[in-house]
Parts: sequence; structure tokens; C-alpha cells
Amino acid sequence: MHVIKYLVAGIFFGIILIKAEVISWFRIQEMFHFQSFHMYGIIGSAVVTGIISLFLMKKFRVKSLEGQPIAPQSKPTEYKAHLFGGIVFGLGWALTGACPGPIYALIGSGYLPYIIVLIAAVFGTLSYGLLKDKLPH
Amino acid sequence: MAKFEEMSHFYQTGNEPLLFTGTLKTNPMIAFLSESWPWYISGPLLGLIVPLLLWLGNKQFGISSTLKHICAACIPTRAKFFNYDWQEEKWNLFFSAGIIIGGGIAAYYFNGLQTPELSEKTNTMLASWGIMEVEGFAPDAFKSIASIQSLSAWFIVVFGGFLVGFGTRWANGCTSGHAIMGLSMLNPGSLVAVIGFFIGGLTFSHFLIPHLF
Repeated sequence: MHVIKYLVAGIFFGIILIKAEVISWFRIQEMFHFQSFHMYGIIGSAVVTGIISLFLMKKFRVKSLEGQPIAPQSKPTEYKAHLFGGIVFGLGWALTGACPGPIYALIGSGYLPYIIVLIAAVFGTLSYGLLKDKLPH
Repeated sequence: MAKFEEMSHFYQTGNEPLLFTGTLKTNPMIAFLSESWPWYISGPLLGLIVPLLLWLGNKQFGISSTLKHICAACIPTRAKFFNYDWQEEKWNLFFSAGIIIGGGIAAYYFNGLQTPELSEKTNTMLASWGIMEVEGFAPDAFKSIASIQSLSAWFIVVFGGFLVGFGTRWANGCTSGHAIMGLSMLNPGSLVAVIGFFIGGLTFSHFLIPHLF
């Protein structure tokens, strides 16, 4: 049952994604053409909020609900993979106007073609898994 | 307050949702939730998901990994990459299921399908690409499965989705895991990933997408 709290957190996140309009294909094109501050304001203030809250959690040694010390781990640094993979994802982000979170939110909001985007994305991940050893990391 | 005639598709009922009838209609909370939110409200709220997941159970915010867990759970393969106990990561799948439900709640109850107020330049640009109807979140072709008709619409949905899945796993994260979580941790690798997102996004948004409509 302890996974239900993550379902609730997801609901909270899904509502905000929709209300923030970051799931909008139009907003994404607007962002990539630097025609509005909206998306940059959102990403920027989200990161600042993240930095401040991580700092405060560390400073006050906040424990998790389960009583454990909070210790986020950095992802392993693989510059080539981050760059090349990032570029490939960026191409897909511009085309579909959606990153993985928004894909789920769009499906829920009734944009059903994003179910096909999700299935294609699963096959993209599968293909990466099969080709992984042949790609630069 | 609510412009439900703008709701394009799936949730169109012809009636206002139940929540908007009776006294709830004047509830200030519902009224706030139904307006469009400025970036300085939605941005910090999105950022709060980072401490929330850490507090709930030391979980690191990230969504694209769910695509990997779906592979591991549903697709039989001998590749080492998918041979792990995906059940350990079940929380992530529940989180994503929550996003789907949240998307539905926002769309149905909080007037979430309102067309964003784009800049004048963007509207002009979209018209010059041949997109005359700027309604809801995406061009008409992406509003229902039956409306994906042209070859280029299929290309966007299938190839675009494929690139999202392939690229996020290669980069080991997406906008949530790298741009929000990774940058919040001041992780240099995440900055490189975000630069990559923009190199790719700028390329297609400027040179390919204008010719697809």
C-alpha cells in the first residue's frame, strides 16, 4: 500500500503540468523560437525551488517519512551519452511537443494520440537497450 | 469563468462538469484552479516535487525511467539492460499513473484544456507554417486518433515518440530527471544533457517542423 502515496504525488504533479501549460505543443515551439518567457520562467523557477529545498533539507537534516536520512545520489556522469542522448531526445521533444511526464498528462487530459507516442517511446527505449553497447557513452 | 466549448474532444459532454454547479462554482479555490496560472506559480509548484518525493521515501524525481520499467515488465528480451527487478521501481509507475489521473482531473474539473495565451509572434509563426487553428494544447491532428491522417502527422507521433524514448534513456534522464532534479543538484552532467535537449529541439523546431504542416 505504500506506493499509493506516489500515486497521489503523481496526481498533484499531473494537475500542475496541465495548468502550467508545459504540455502544450504550441508552448514548446514558442520556447524553441524564444518568443515568450513562459517556459523559461517555469523551468528556471522550478530549478531554483529545487536548489533551495535541497539546501534546506540538508541544512536541517530532514528525514524521510520512513525515518531515513535524505540522500539523493547524482547520476553517473557520462558526458557523451548526456550530450548525444540529449540531442536525440530534444529532436523528439520538438516533434511531439512532449517529454515523458507530459506524455502521461496529455493522455489523461484526453489527447489520445499521445498513447501512440508513448508506445513508440517504449520501443525507442527498447531499441536503446538493445544497441547500448554500440553507442558512445 | 469556464470556457468549456473550447474542450475539443474526449471530455466534451455539452454540460458543465458537476463541480461547477451549485455552491462550488463560487468556491475561491476552484476558481483559482480554473484560471490560467502564471509561470511564477506553476514553476515553483513543479520544483516542489523534488523535496516531496525525497520526503515521501527518498525517491529521486524522474519519469523517463518508467519507459524502461515498462520494457522490463512487458517485453521479453535477454538484453542485460532490461533484466532487473522492475518491481523495486514500482513507485515510479504509480507516480506516472497518478500523472495520467491528474491530467484528467485538471482537464475535466479545472478548466485545464484552455488554449494557452501564446505570444503574438508565435501565432503569426504558426499561421505561416499552415497551422490556422490554435486551439487547446496541440494542432488538430493530435486531438483524436482518427484525426492523425497525414503522413507527416504519423511521422511526428511515431518517430517523435521513438526519439523521446531512445534519447531519454541514452541521456539517462529527461526534463524531469536532468533539467529539474539534476540541475537542482548542480550536477554538471545534467547541464550537458539540457544543452543537448536544446540543440536537438532548436534544430527540428526551426528546420523541420515548419515544413510538416
